[in-house]
Order: sequence, then structure tokens, then C-alpha cells
Amino acid sequence: MNVEWYVVLSSLLFAIGAMGILIRRSPIVILLCLELMLNAGNLALVAFSRMVGNQQGQVFAIVVMVVAACEVVVGLGLIVAIFRRRLPLNVDELRELRG
Amino acid sequence: MEAVLFFAAALGALGGAIGVVAMRNPLYSVLALIVHLFSLAVLFLLLASAFVAAAQVVVYAGAVMVLYVFVVAYIGGEVESAWEPIPGQQLLAPLLGAAIFVELSIAVLGSSLKALDTHGPHVSAGFGNPAGIGKLLLERFLVPFEASSILLLLAAVGAVVLAARRGEVGTSDEHSAPEARSEGVSTSP
Repeated sequence: MNVEWYVVLSSLLFAIGAMGILIRRSPIVILLCLELMLNAGNLALVAFSRMVGNQQGQVFAIVVMVVAACEVVVGLGLIVAIFRRRLPLNVDELRELRG
Repeated sequence: MEAVLFFAAALGALGGAIGVVAMRNPLYSVLALIVHLFSLAVLFLLLASAFVAAAQVVVYAGAVMVLYVFVVAYIGGEVESAWEPIPGQQLLAPLLGAAIFVELSIAVLGSSLKALDTHGPHVSAGFGNPAGIGKLLLERFLVPFEASSILLLLAAVGAVVLAARRGEVGTSDEHSAPEARSEGVSTSP
């Protein structure tokens, strides 16, 4: 398959993830949609690395995976802290930081 | 054969992604994301990157998803209400998502990348295996490697600090969190 198929697929996955972030209101599902977007970026990185014939893009993809793991850990820690304080798990009701 | 595998994996990835967005129960969203991640691992294998595919399956579909399942089980699979604070949000968001897709596609396909509609250059059999990636990671990209390890450490410490019990009234956490009290963070009532 040509590389452009992979790139178009990755942009489609990115758009689905962005749409999910706009639609959903549960913080867990928003984190999952963030994962979708990061993975779409990973797919584009690996596809371009194959297009150039160079392994450096794959190293970038692995670093993106590390950053995604950190984001998951901190995000889930925040969700658990929100749950412990009996706050609603709904991003529309957690609006104290809005000015 | 390669085209069949590509379309099967692409269908799996798309179906998983749509499932994540469409499922009302967060647990089903997590399961759909696992399908999505496995399909992406197949796509990575098709792109001759064996190590990234293995890391995807082990780290993402294994470890990270187990973390998600634990948290969903802990807070309970609460089904989202259908209440919309912004009128027309459910209609507007797919339009904006489609706009992002069209924009990205125009940006990529309209670029002057000559090799985009080729299969890529012929690569040797060892392309993307752990030896090559590890050599790059420990020689050329040593500083980003160490920086990402520090980032992981900071994230782990931050998660412990965020999710630790403190200042919570209750007799059940007298024994479960002695560290939080010894720091003097929580004030005993």
C-alpha cells in the first residue's frame, strides 16, 4: 500500500478523536479520545519514517508513547482525586477554573 | 495480501475509534480502544516497524489499558447523561471534525512530497527491529531518551501526590495512608 493511504487514515483517526473530545463530557472518555489523537500522530510518524526509509521517525513514535503514558498516569490520578472529593465527573460542571 | 491486511486493520482501527466516541458506557469505550490499538499494531507491522508494534501491544494495549480498566471499575461505569449545555453541540462537533479531516488531507496530499504515492524505498530486513531502534536511542537520541525517563519518573511521583488521600475524614483511611499523615499534610479532625 502507498504511504498516502496511511497518512489519510491517520488524519481520519485524528479527526474522530478531536470530534470525540468535542462531544463527550466524561473526563475518562476525553482521555481516551486524546489517546486516539496521539495514536493517529504515531501512525503518521511511522508512515513518514517508512516513506523516507529512515528509522528516526520510529524513535519519535516511541517518545510519543512515553509522553502518552505520562499523560495517562497524571490524568487518571486527577480523575481519581476528583472522584474522592465527591465532585461530579463531568467537564461541564467542573468549571471553577473558568474565569 | 498486503492490501487485504491493510484494509482489515484500517477497518478495525476506524471501528475502534468510532466505538470509543459512540459508546455510552466508559468500559465499552476502553474495550473499543483496545481493538483500535491492536489494529494499529498490525498497521505498524505493515510499515516495517516491528519494535514499535511490539511496544504498542505491550505498553499500550497491555499496561495502559489495564490502568484504564482499573480506574473505570473504581469510579463505576457511569453512563453519561444526554443533557447538552451547548445547544447543537452533537451536530456541530462532527462538522468540525470533518473540517479537520478535510484540512489535514488537503495539507498532506497537496504538499509537494514526491514519495507520498510510492511504497517507500526498499529497506533491508532489519529495518525497525529492536537492535536498530536501540542503537539510535542510545547514541543519537541519548538526551531525549534520558529526558523521557525523567518525565516518566516525574509523572509517577505526580500521580502518587495527586491521588493520595489527604484531609479526608473517615476511620477507614487511618491505616491505609499513614504516609500522608506523617507528612503533616492532613489535619486530623
